[in-house]
Amino acid sequence: MNFLLINFFLISLLLVTTFFIFKTTSLISVVALTGAFTLLCSAIYVNLDAVDVAFTEAAVGSGISTILMVMAAAKLPEGKKNKLINLFPSIILAVAISLILIIIIANLPLLGDPNAPIHLHVVPEYLKESKDFFHIPNVVTNILASYRGFDTLGETIVIFTAGLGVIALLTSNTLNRKTNFKKNKKNER
Amino acid sequence: MIFFATLIVLGVSVALCLVRAIKGPTPFDRILSISSIGTIIAIGISVHGFAFDRPDFVDISLMYILLNFLGTIAILRYYKIKRKKSNVV
Repeated sequence: MNFLLINFFLISLLLVTTFFIFKTTSLISVVALTGAFTLLCSAIYVNLDAVDVAFTEAAVGSGISTILMVMAAAKLPEGKKNKLINLFPSIILAVAISLILIIIIANLPLLGDPNAPIHLHVVPEYLKESKDFFHIPNVVTNILASYRGFDTLGETIVIFTAGLGVIALLTSNTLNRKTNFKKNKKNER
Repeated sequence: MIFFATLIVLGVSVALCLVRAIKGPTPFDRILSISSIGTIIAIGISVHGFAFDRPDFVDISLMYILLNFLGTIAILRYYKIKRKKSNVV
């Protein structure tokens, strides 16, 4: 009962935040409100007992993406007001996607249902065998690092490359400044 | 029971901070209220862990506070960059 009450409260706060993200016009306040949105999201994940998802949401959503959004907003010129006609395609797309999601959610198994398909396929095997196979007590770590080791390696390489690209894009200004400085020095000589 | 009472108080304070974040006339009000929302949610996660008998979520709330600090610093640096630009022009 308490669990449901906390969930209800957090989701109603989330709705209010979403509405005002839609309403505000200044870029930086949208970024700040998005930070509050992701914080509330990860509180919901903790309440649903998905602590690892909450961890990722806090690190990526609230930490890194807020910083990236702020850096991007610093490079943009001051915003103009958008006309409602320009927003129509995106509104139609958003309504269609949310309808599809609602239809899918109605067909999902209940929270924690032991007969859900995801609990019947390979999970019993993993739970039974993984400790004797690899001698790692945590099953999630076992699956990520041993059963799907190559997968995780590929993911890490992709994320590393993406991070390098973002850093290269965002620091291009300072690099230019340094090269200009060197050129000036050469000219002085 | 006392943990649930604490959770209710924390929830009310999150709602009040959110009101300030939405209404706030200057962006600095928004930054302040969002960083305090982060702090309150970090406290709320640790209290939630004690209320539901799983007090091993305290490290997550620690990480929340660290990241919250980073976000605030980033937004404040944005204003620094903007002020520099306006001085040049």
